[in-house]
Amino acid sequence: MNALELTINGSRVDASGIDPNTTLLNFVRSKGLTGSKEGCAEGECGACAVALLRPDADGGCRYEAVNACLCLVAGLAGAEVLTVEGIGSSESPHPAQMALMQGGSQCGYCTPGFAVSLFCEYHRTDRTGPINLEALCGNLCRCTGYRPIAEGALSLGLPQASAFTARLEQPAPPVPALEYAHDGRRLTRPSSLADLFAALTADPDAKLVAGGTDVLCEINIRHARYQHLVSLDGIPELQRLLWTDDALEIGAGVSISTLEAALGNRIPLLAELFPLYASRLIRNRATLGGNLGTASPVGDSSPVLLALGASVRLESVRGERTVPLQEFFTGFRKTALEVGEIVTAIVIPTTTATHQRFFKIAKRGRDDISTVSVAIALEVSGGVIRNAKFGLGGVAATPARAFNTEAFLVGKPLELGVMRDAGRILESEFTPLSDHRGSAAYRSAMLGQTLERFIAGLEVSA
Amino acid sequence: MSRIVGRAVPHESALEHVTGAALYTDDLGVRLTNLLHAWPVQAPHAHALVTRLETTAALEVAGVVRVLTAADVPGENDTGPGKRDEPLFPSEIMFHGMWVAWVLADSEEAARLGAARVVVEYEVLPVVVTLKDAIAQKSFHTEAGGISRGDADSALETATRRLSGEFFIGGQEHFYLETNAALAYLDESGQLFLQSSTQHPTETQEIVARVCDLDKHAVTVQCLRMGGGFGGKETQANVWACVAGLGALLTKRPVRVRLNRTLDMTFTGKRHPFLGKFEVAFDASGKLEGLRLELFSDGGWSLDLSDPVLWRAMFHSDNAYLIPHFQVIGTVCKTHKTSQTAYRGFGGPQGMLMIEEIISRVAQTLNLEPDAVRERNFYVDGDETHYGQRVGGAERIGRIWDELKVSSSYASRRDEIRSFNSSHAHAKRGLAITPVKFGISFTATFYNQAGALVLIYKDGSVLVNHGGTEMGQGLHTKILQIAAQTLGVPLTTVRLAPTRTDKIPNTSATAASSGTDLNGAAVRNACETLKARLSHVAAQRFGTAAADVVFENGVIYPLGAPEKAVDWKSVVMNAYVQRVQLFSDGFYRTPNIHWDKAKGKGDAFYYFAYGAAVSEVEINTFTGEYQTRRVDILHDVGDSLSPLIDRGQIEGGFYQGMGWLTLEELVWNADGRLVTNGASTYKLPSLHELPETFNVNFLTRAGQDGVIYGSKAVGEPPFMLAISVREALKDAIHSLGRQVVSLASPATPEAVYWALEAQRETVAPLELETV
Repeated sequence: MNALELTINGSRVDASGIDPNTTLLNFVRSKGLTGSKEGCAEGECGACAVALLRPDADGGCRYEAVNACLCLVAGLAGAEVLTVEGIGSSESPHPAQMALMQGGSQCGYCTPGFAVSLFCEYHRTDRTGPINLEALCGNLCRCTGYRPIAEGALSLGLPQASAFTARLEQPAPPVPALEYAHDGRRLTRPSSLADLFAALTADPDAKLVAGGTDVLCEINIRHARYQHLVSLDGIPELQRLLWTDDALEIGAGVSISTLEAALGNRIPLLAELFPLYASRLIRNRATLGGNLGTASPVGDSSPVLLALGASVRLESVRGERTVPLQEFFTGFRKTALEVGEIVTAIVIPTTTATHQRFFKIAKRGRDDISTVSVAIALEVSGGVIRNAKFGLGGVAATPARAFNTEAFLVGKPLELGVMRDAGRILESEFTPLSDHRGSAAYRSAMLGQTLERFIAGLEVSA
Repeated sequence: MSRIVGRAVPHESALEHVTGAALYTDDLGVRLTNLLHAWPVQAPHAHALVTRLETTAALEVAGVVRVLTAADVPGENDTGPGKRDEPLFPSEIMFHGMWVAWVLADSEEAARLGAARVVVEYEVLPVVVTLKDAIAQKSFHTEAGGISRGDADSALETATRRLSGEFFIGGQEHFYLETNAALAYLDESGQLFLQSSTQHPTETQEIVARVCDLDKHAVTVQCLRMGGGFGGKETQANVWACVAGLGALLTKRPVRVRLNRTLDMTFTGKRHPFLGKFEVAFDASGKLEGLRLELFSDGGWSLDLSDPVLWRAMFHSDNAYLIPHFQVIGTVCKTHKTSQTAYRGFGGPQGMLMIEEIISRVAQTLNLEPDAVRERNFYVDGDETHYGQRVGGAERIGRIWDELKVSSSYASRRDEIRSFNSSHAHAKRGLAITPVKFGISFTATFYNQAGALVLIYKDGSVLVNHGGTEMGQGLHTKILQIAAQTLGVPLTTVRLAPTRTDKIPNTSATAASSGTDLNGAAVRNACETLKARLSHVAAQRFGTAAADVVFENGVIYPLGAPEKAVDWKSVVMNAYVQRVQLFSDGFYRTPNIHWDKAKGKGDAFYYFAYGAAVSEVEINTFTGEYQTRRVDILHDVGDSLSPLIDRGQIEGGFYQGMGWLTLEELVWNADGRLVTNGASTYKLPSLHELPETFNVNFLTRAGQDGVIYGSKAVGEPPFMLAISVREALKDAIHSLGRQVVSLASPATPEAVYWALEAQRETVAPLELETV
């Protein structure tokens, strides 16, 4: 019951004896694999990036770059991990490593993380063209100014056959059920919803971990230590993606990256959201279920899902229910989830909206938490607005709909004057707060101008 | 002859960087057994007296070995680098989150749990958080001092045009990717040995010795490399080294101190926020006639390097401009915040930003093109600065300006931007060109010295020791090139030893952009000594004069007879057998500099580095968000020693400067707590902010006499090229109206939005934030 093994750089490594709260980063470093660095311990800098082998849609697998500081070792039992040491050595560096040698490193501390992110993008199985630099936007460098990193990355061609490409033909390692305990603390990884509910019935206080991008920050930054962690990684029911006639059902455990690849441009608001959603390193782990479950007022997905009229399916051992998203958020970081209940799916109805836009206003254009975000979905016919849904982030204690503004718009023509009036209503509908991301006045102003911006249909590079 | 200096070689550790094999201080801990980990007990107040400190409960936590407090200090309980105002274990808390005591335990987990069990009681005292409050309460570290030329008062009285104002400049977190770390143990010879991520091993050694009551010869500090420094580890690596050193001394076990990001940002000093108050006199053409400038820097809780930082700001508040009547005075304010410290540019950026802000306000007041007003005020050959130093190489200011304007198509792009702006209601572009003149030398004259020790072994391999530290800037790469070039051997023949205080004593900090100038010259000096000795040996063998022996690429031959070349190794062996000394020290001190602080006059700098940048931005007028579209830089690196390294310094410095002026915002709350204390709240530029076009060129015909191989220092000067981005934002904002642009610094999207609003004349200009 307490065996805990994973494969690191091709070798089986016994990890038994660790606390279930131990991060992959601290573990690999303790094993002497010190190439992975801790730069921030909250998934913002990418210096700890490692590659995980994850299943691909066609039965093979892919390399996914993730922040090792946001992964639990026990949650990865059975996984195959490559650290920077595993992708190449001084004697035999990988092309992704050599690409960073012409000025791409100065102090070298962020470099292993860049090398791993680039390695994963280099081996992306659906890549037919140059490296997509978005893959590197979750890695911070303080020395170079990035130009030589970008140029090095763009100099790479398609991969030659190698042990790395051969591995991708084989299936990803399975994610079997796991019960790991050490010194009174446990990590459970059930392999079905039924087993999950059984675990939650036995221990209602257990801490659920999906992608871990939030829980691990609690562990790293606020020194939270959980007695019982329950990893959702092994539950197939949470990984489903289902199109029905009138809705799309997204399993709560589907990673944002998987969703991004599967949906393409089919839901424009989501397509607009994904590139702005944290970074590739985070999207490879983060899930919609996790993002909604934290009920953060500045979560990236909530405004978009609100504007899409989404509901969440909540399940427990007692049964299931479906709750409109706006009713799911009940207060600051509070949800309608009852004890033992989890979000299993997000249901997005087929939208009748003809006009959709998502605006995320933040200090930094990528990989930043929003100051204000606004998702707008309007159904317009004959020049008249028939239906309006707004999803807002950063302006209230929860992600919110703008019901007054929506009501005002229905039946009105889609024109500048109406939008300006609606903007004033939207601005008065909320009383945002000031914090380090922005002042209340700025947030209000952003609400006020957003509809004019919407109608201006402006596409700026900012 | 194939030159090794001037060759574009990758960083000497590039292969180790990309493969993760390069070791940093905290990577060494897992290689030690019996290691102890340290964790601080932190105060939840910004200003308070410690009235009770009870550590026994911590010792009950399994794994906790000891709690370090003031009672454990055998020497002096102070780590101040100059003034003794930094108790290692304080009885008065001076900033929010300050350490009170340190817990040592078998694991970091146990140390952290132990720290939570230490009981501390406080008497809370009033706090001074903002610069404005410090000024109002006269909370100062220093008395006002400054530099004066001519008669600014009369110039202001008689001027035809006058403008006055205030400008607040925000600070900046270093955010070196490697947070502070130190590792200490008593080595096999009984001395206290420290691995430290420090830019100043000698000072770290000195202060550890002071705290531990040891002679300096009993303390050795080694710095393998740093994962970035930027000035943040010039003085502020010392505290952690002292905790580790003291812990090792007392427990006889190795002790590791590593700050995580939250601790590092909470504990360590940042770039100084500045407030400037100015009154400027000028004529209708924008020519400056007089300036009275008063600077207040936010020094935080202790003095640290704030005085020389302030002085460098005052030295550089002329930037590239002749201001005939100029009085600048400055005061370091004392606040209950981290002790602000060295940071790339060392006050220079704040001084230069101040004058660039003044000039652009003058230009906008007169409705003149800012570039024309800048140009009109440039120093020319023969001019002197306000502190009486002749501006050597002043002609380069104009030469760089003219060449860059052509290569960046400045004039035609101004027209394009004007037409873009008139046809786009919701997007505005801006373009700006700004110059840089930066003085090179430590203003503390005695710091301008360096030593080296070069060893040649019997197999011909060369080991170089010098006093500089590697933080990513490429110093070691350049030193290898200098040594190989001077000795005439291939780069692979030379290896650099890690920087250690038992090899070169009494070194200066690797700072002030001077690492290569000083240490490179010392290494060259040592190599020349060795070469002279080997020349005699070879001359005997060839039967020629020693002066006619050529060393090149691993072979040695008589001048004009390369066919007689013999192997370097064989001459080394000859020398050994002949009992010729095969190792040498080298020393360098910068000539011709002197500075009289009392008079405010002197040749404070050995030379000036120059450059200019053109930046173009586009603003979304709905939100204030923006993107830098294009950057063109022409910079003076002298004869580049190492073009790949130099370009990296220019690009990286520029980008870091851009971060300072745009995204990077430090926010303290009213209680004095830094609320932007992590990567999720403090945003550095990412790859996404990279301009689509980023052209960097070196000034040609730029060799600098009297500097190592004609090169110039390059670490800091390019940082200030980023002022062009801020000026381009102001240009874009100005296109909306005719008012003088009032843009806060940093120019976050929100700040840009309010400046746009002010320009649209819909709201009054905001009071600039002065926290």
